[in-house]
Amino acid sequence: METLAFIAESWSLIFSLTLEHISLVSVAVGLAILTGVPIGIAITQNESVAAVVLYAASIIITVPSIALFGLMIPVLSLFGQGIGYLPAVIAVLLYSQLPIIRNTYAAINNVDPALREAARGLGMTPVQRLRLVEIPLAIPVIFAGIRTAVVMNIGVMAIAAYIGAGGLGTLISRGITQTDPRQLIAGALAVSLLAIIADYALLYCQRKLTPKGVSA
Amino acid sequence: MIQLENLTKIFETPDGVVTAADNINMTVPQGEICVLLGPSGCGKTTTLKMLNRIIPPTSGRVMINGEDTSTLDTISLRRNIGYVIQQIGLFPNMTIAENISIVPRLLGWDKKRYLARAEELLAMVALEPKTFMQRYPRELSGGQQQRVGVIRALAADPPVMLMDEPFGAIDPINREVIQDEFLKMQEELQKTILFVSHDIDEAVKMADKVAIFNAGKLIQFDSPDALLAHPCNKFVEDFVGTDRTLKRLRLAKVADVMTPAPTPVKPDDDLQTALQIMQNNDYVAVTMVDTLGRPIGSITRDLATAKRGRCGDHFYGLRAIARVDDDLRSVASAMFSKDTTWMPCVDDEGIFRGEISQRGVTHYLGATYRSREAQQTGVQHGEV
Repeated sequence: METLAFIAESWSLIFSLTLEHISLVSVAVGLAILTGVPIGIAITQNESVAAVVLYAASIIITVPSIALFGLMIPVLSLFGQGIGYLPAVIAVLLYSQLPIIRNTYAAINNVDPALREAARGLGMTPVQRLRLVEIPLAIPVIFAGIRTAVVMNIGVMAIAAYIGAGGLGTLISRGITQTDPRQLIAGALAVSLLAIIADYALLYCQRKLTPKGVSA
Repeated sequence: MIQLENLTKIFETPDGVVTAADNINMTVPQGEICVLLGPSGCGKTTTLKMLNRIIPPTSGRVMINGEDTSTLDTISLRRNIGYVIQQIGLFPNMTIAENISIVPRLLGWDKKRYLARAEELLAMVALEPKTFMQRYPRELSGGQQQRVGVIRALAADPPVMLMDEPFGAIDPINREVIQDEFLKMQEELQKTILFVSHDIDEAVKMADKVAIFNAGKLIQFDSPDALLAHPCNKFVEDFVGTDRTLKRLRLAKVADVMTPAPTPVKPDDDLQTALQIMQNNDYVAVTMVDTLGRPIGSITRDLATAKRGRCGDHFYGLRAIARVDDDLRSVASAMFSKDTTWMPCVDDEGIFRGEISQRGVTHYLGATYRSREAQQTGVQHGEV
């Protein structure tokens, strides 16, 4: 009951923290898409490079987020950005690479070899093959990777509150330090809800973007 | 015209060097279908794919209409060669109209022109354009997809087509239908076609020339009839099958074998007239036709000798009638099923044109062997 009362009276605070959280994750995952998808496509050209890149991305994801924040403080301090927005975005950007690169790589690689041969035989250039055939067919799987990245990093971003990045993690960290279960629960609930809603929203986008003739 | 000159492909594999195609030489004249035939791994597909450089040749030349294709840019070479694969390879993300118009679009045709072309092609394979243009490949049956695969290759009207077991994935009934449709289209289009198959019956049906491959080598390059009648070695003989002479039945039309219309009799003619005709021409029977010239019965010599009166009152009915454009296989089949050794032949209008007999068929099939034997005997005598 107390928690509900807290949520009711801090509604506008929760709302603004949620917006902050969304903007942090969106910027970071947005940048991750801009880097991860091209990398995923590029490594389909060379199996050994692909193995190295995927291995590196897997290692990054095993570093605990709190440790990653700690590692970045001395480095980014050189630019006066040791804590706050920048390290939070960089961390999420790095964590997002594995699901996005791996799914892009797998999706492009799994395009039916017969379709690839047909595309070559009809006289498409490699770029045309990507644009007209491979990427449209890979969209559902690439999008699944993006969804994984978003859901996972909504959680990671909550921890970024400890380095002053803001977002819903602020409620959780305050709840812990002030031994205030109301804030803690409200923050945790909001983070979970946000993750679920984001997943469904992206699923909707995925369906809209998947070419009609391709089964999702 | 397609010419292959010493075309060779050598693959370096972990198990050593494999010669997939070994100095292939052949010439396919403009407008002909050449079927590349052989067991799997014989080099037929490798040879086909070297033409559009899906597999780059190790050495040798491919000339299309006298032009060495190695001097052409690979992308524009491929856009000028129709390519049909067994898996069909329609792009599931594109509508049928988009699939068909890929090459025209790559070549920069304007929208009106390529859509009109797609409609024209769909109509050609009896797929209603209004219904199919906006559908997606997965909404089509296998046979319909394969038709679209073929017309997609024809979209920019390339002079040369490569077809890699194009009808291999279709059930036997539909395959016959699509083969017939395709042959009818080819009569008009006159493309020069290289066609990979592992099915001797398909080869006999489709080919103007058959190229038999084994272990990377071109073993025999001949017309289907010559191939079936005179396989050049044991391998070809085994490959074409012990019933190879029966397969030749399909290659000859009734018109090639029938004896042209011997004078028929009419129902009003006297039996004596019929007998006279038979005696004069040394026939054992004569066909009776109606006033329009359509065969309705036959009079045998025994009958004409034993009876008196009009032909129309004493004749045997017809067990079977052949059409001049039927192949000998259907004639043989009718002869067996109707227990007859003789059939009158009619044209499209049903008018009597000639007669075909079992003896005529066997004589026709045997002719090629006799001439070969005569030659060989002649040579032996010469040596002696």
